[in-house]
Amino acid sequence: MVQFVLPAKSRYKDQPGRHFPAPPAAKRVRRFRIYRFDPDSGRPPCVDTFDVDLDRCGPMVLDALIKIKNEIDSTLTFRRSCREGICGSCAMNIDGLNTLACTCPIEPKGAECRIFPLPHLPVIKDLVPDLTLFYEQYASVKPWLQTREPAPAGRERTQSPRDQELVDRPSACILCACCSTSCPSYWWNSDRYLGPAALLAAYRWIVDTRDETGGERLDQLQDSFRLYRCHTIMNCVEACPKDLNPARAIADIKRRLASRDD
Amino acid sequence: MSGRSLQGAAATRADPHATRHWRNQRVSAIALLLLGPWFIYKLLMLPALDYATVTAWIAEPLQALLLLLFAWSTLWHSALGVQVVVDDYVGGRLNVPTVRFLQVAHGAAAIAVGWSIWMIALGGA
Repeated sequence: MVQFVLPAKSRYKDQPGRHFPAPPAAKRVRRFRIYRFDPDSGRPPCVDTFDVDLDRCGPMVLDALIKIKNEIDSTLTFRRSCREGICGSCAMNIDGLNTLACTCPIEPKGAECRIFPLPHLPVIKDLVPDLTLFYEQYASVKPWLQTREPAPAGRERTQSPRDQELVDRPSACILCACCSTSCPSYWWNSDRYLGPAALLAAYRWIVDTRDETGGERLDQLQDSFRLYRCHTIMNCVEACPKDLNPARAIADIKRRLASRDD
Repeated sequence: MSGRSLQGAAATRADPHATRHWRNQRVSAIALLLLGPWFIYKLLMLPALDYATVTAWIAEPLQALLLLLFAWSTLWHSALGVQVVVDDYVGGRLNVPTVRFLQVAHGAAAIAVGWSIWMIALGGA
């Protein structure tokens, strides 16, 4: 049965967090309200408030998080690596939208910037969600080239430029999980629905002209939950920081299945 | 850590019923796109909405046939859509009996509608 209410230990609403004011000399101050949860402390989650001097901070939300961690509260926990939108590590929910902190600019005006972990995933600590299930889903679509015939002697398997265009956009996915965790269908049924990221990865190999197991790949997806829990809500398209279109890929998988079964 | 695991992800058996369900949703939606405007137009064009006028309209064979198709398409689309909602939100042991109950209810409604239109068309009502 779908769980509509968060467990008691996950509710932060009535838990007052700490407030870290900016230095008195700061002129351009931006307030960040950040979700905090430490399972080892035994305390329920809360939201801490950090006032950051923008004159002494980089332009992106990740810059602010790093500044907070370095200068204000070293216990703040988040993932980050490349700082340029390639690795997908710093995916989080910023002002209600799943996105990458490293490519999300700090809005200089506005009430406050609210930062939460990606929604509907178990939280390991602060802004770090548990992506175990997400990676299981990715692995389940066998995201690698599968062939029956050996490669031509002395050369690689070739593709025409047009064939390459088919996989060019889908293969740009960085597995940040912004799309899957923005999908209500994924929230309710993530134990059975693969989610937009895994389906986009499956599509990338279905349309790859070098892959020889397209039929088996479609067989594996032909299920009322694994594929057809997608109800074209389109949150995945809105959330994708790489401007990809998982919804269109899913629609094309459904179209291929429908035309195959004629 | 999460306590969750992916159920059935390793299965490779295709379920043609899933694709059929999805296609039937589209077919019934297209039927409603055609028959829905026709139904509204016909209601607006009736000189009155009293019992005698409406039954006289339904008694015309072509109108009765189109109305039957409209009603059955609506029920078919509803049955398919409600099943999706139940599959989304009702899991575990309650899922199958809930889906079966709703299918029977829609089937009963389809029979009742068909019987009603048939009786009016034959002048029995």
